[in-house]
Amino acid sequence: MRALDPTRLLAMARKEVLQLRRDPRSLILAFLLPVALLVFFGYAISWDVSDIRLVVVDQDRGAKARELLDGFRASGRFAIVGRLERTADIGPLLDRGQARIVLVIPPRFDADLGAGRTAVVQAIVDGSDANTATIALGYAQAIVQQFSARALFQTRRVRLPVTAATRIWYNEELSSRNMIVPGLVAVIMMIIAGLLTSLTIAREWERGTMEQLASTPVSRLEVLLGKLLPYLAIGLVDVALCSLLGVVIFRVPFRGDVFFLMGASFAFLVGTLGLGLVISALARTQLLATQIGMIATFLPGFLLSGFMFPIDNMPLVLRAITYLVPARYFLVVTRGIFLKGVGPEVLWSEGLLMVLYAFAGLGLAAHSFRKELG
Amino acid sequence: MSAPAVTVERLTRRFGAFTAVDEVSFEVARGEVFGFLGPNGAGKTTTIKMLTGLLQPSSGRGTVAGFDLAREVESVKRSIGYMSQLFSLYGDLTVEENIAFFAGLYGVPRARRAGRRDWVLEMAGLKDHRSRLTQELSLGWKQRLALGTAMIHEPPVLFLDEPTSGVDPISRRDFWDLIGGLAARGTTVFVSTHYMEEAEYCHRLALMSRGRIIALDRPAGLRAAMPAPLIEIQTDDSPRVVEALEGAEGVIEVGLFGRAVHVIVRDAERARAELPRVLAAAGLAVRGLQVVEPSLEDVFVALVHLSNQGAAT
Repeated sequence: MRALDPTRLLAMARKEVLQLRRDPRSLILAFLLPVALLVFFGYAISWDVSDIRLVVVDQDRGAKARELLDGFRASGRFAIVGRLERTADIGPLLDRGQARIVLVIPPRFDADLGAGRTAVVQAIVDGSDANTATIALGYAQAIVQQFSARALFQTRRVRLPVTAATRIWYNEELSSRNMIVPGLVAVIMMIIAGLLTSLTIAREWERGTMEQLASTPVSRLEVLLGKLLPYLAIGLVDVALCSLLGVVIFRVPFRGDVFFLMGASFAFLVGTLGLGLVISALARTQLLATQIGMIATFLPGFLLSGFMFPIDNMPLVLRAITYLVPARYFLVVTRGIFLKGVGPEVLWSEGLLMVLYAFAGLGLAAHSFRKELG
Repeated sequence: MSAPAVTVERLTRRFGAFTAVDEVSFEVARGEVFGFLGPNGAGKTTTIKMLTGLLQPSSGRGTVAGFDLAREVESVKRSIGYMSQLFSLYGDLTVEENIAFFAGLYGVPRARRAGRRDWVLEMAGLKDHRSRLTQELSLGWKQRLALGTAMIHEPPVLFLDEPTSGVDPISRRDFWDLIGGLAARGTTVFVSTHYMEEAEYCHRLALMSRGRIIALDRPAGLRAAMPAPLIEIQTDDSPRVVEALEGAEGVIEVGLFGRAVHVIVRDAERARAELPRVLAAAGLAVRGLQVVEPSLEDVFVALVHLSNQGAAT
């Protein structure tokens, strides 16, 4: 008795395809949802900070003060939305969120600069959104430093001892979208792959067809692989579709090898589809399987894959959990392929871990399925 | 000479503290239609699940088509067809797709598939509906299609677990004609039912109650073995007559039988004198009262009752 008979495997896979073709919900999940998620999150998520609302309290009204404000305006990061006469009005303004940052230019600003004294400008930042506040402050400091260097150069005719000549690689415009879209491909595929298979075994239990299957010579492995193969093909199509949309709609560079991406996707999908099968085998009802599937894919996909938050900054326990999240590896691979154009020579460890994950996912699926069948 | 199609020795299945099947032993000959009868929860389905490799026995041994249930379960599965209590084909596949799917699972050789498919369509009367979704078929058709797919690989042994539940009487009769035809061509049919009139179609019957086989014989043999005489009473108010006679002196069991009342009694002569008096005292008119030949249903009611009494004392 062979455990893997091609005829039975093919019969199983063909049956899954026929059922899939007649199930609009699965078709939407398979082809529409990944595209919708990519477009939605691709537009919605951005870590670029621009048009920070700035209010000025200019107590000097000199030429130098105007020059400094021009620097803020020209940076493109700040929008000067108003002016205040009295510093006492700053508090209520920040309370109501009308400004993120308030710049106070003291009296004698111009005079101090002309006399070669250090002039102080005060920046008051709304720190309730720590992330934006830090970024806004960084921009403000850079602008002020630039201004002060220029002032130094003009008044004393000296050279700056050190300047940094920076050049940014891989993502020249430092556009967060270039980082987000390849990551999204990984996160979305984890969600789709996990959800796709999570229904398949539960459906057979719920409809009583599992008992009929169990009475035939079909083996566990044939049932599992027969269910997995059609979804693997769909998953590969989805990866290609999402990548294409990323390049066409979001203008994300694609510098690597398409075949390497497909190879890595293969390993990633087998593991994640296997995870869905484990959920399906354990849940036994479609409702429960969907609920577990959602929780097991959405949250870890977005939060623990390194997509939103760098894994290095996480507490040890969470960092350990991230190793169970398949998107964690795939994300490094998609970003590497899209932005850096690197291949297996760099990404081999992630690739290897995904292959291991694939075997583990399948093994676990076979194990959790065994308890129920014969 | 040929070996039996099914042999079972002290087969037992426990679920926790509950014993669903309790040391059951029997043999089924090749080409026999073997009926399994008994009330719900008697252990019929559990026995069939053990014989089809769906459940592992807690203890005891068994062979199906010559293969050992414990060691050769894969060979057992290739040699049987199984039709479960609930319809379990794929409703979202067409008739033909269901047939092709099971032909693939049972490894029917490619050259024979078209022939087998046509045989199933012909047998189930579904030639004109081959492209319809299975969920759109009537229950009778679904059942015949399920029988056909269970026979797709021409197995020597067929297990049917209450195959006709919920089906109208005409479809039921057609179904039993099909089973009779299969058995005539050498297929062993192991069938469970709780319809007593269907028991007459079986060559031999096993009656299960509380996990045990309490009788096993041909239908005629069982009728002859009626342990106590049966009296039929004609009356205009059967329900009240049943009420009045329940627990009366000398009455083993009383129940409705069509519009009449059947009473199983310890002694026919005494009952003939006693029962009219009891009913008259209750103010109930009797139009007729006579000793009758028991039907299989009467026999089973009496046997189950006596075996329960035996278990209680």
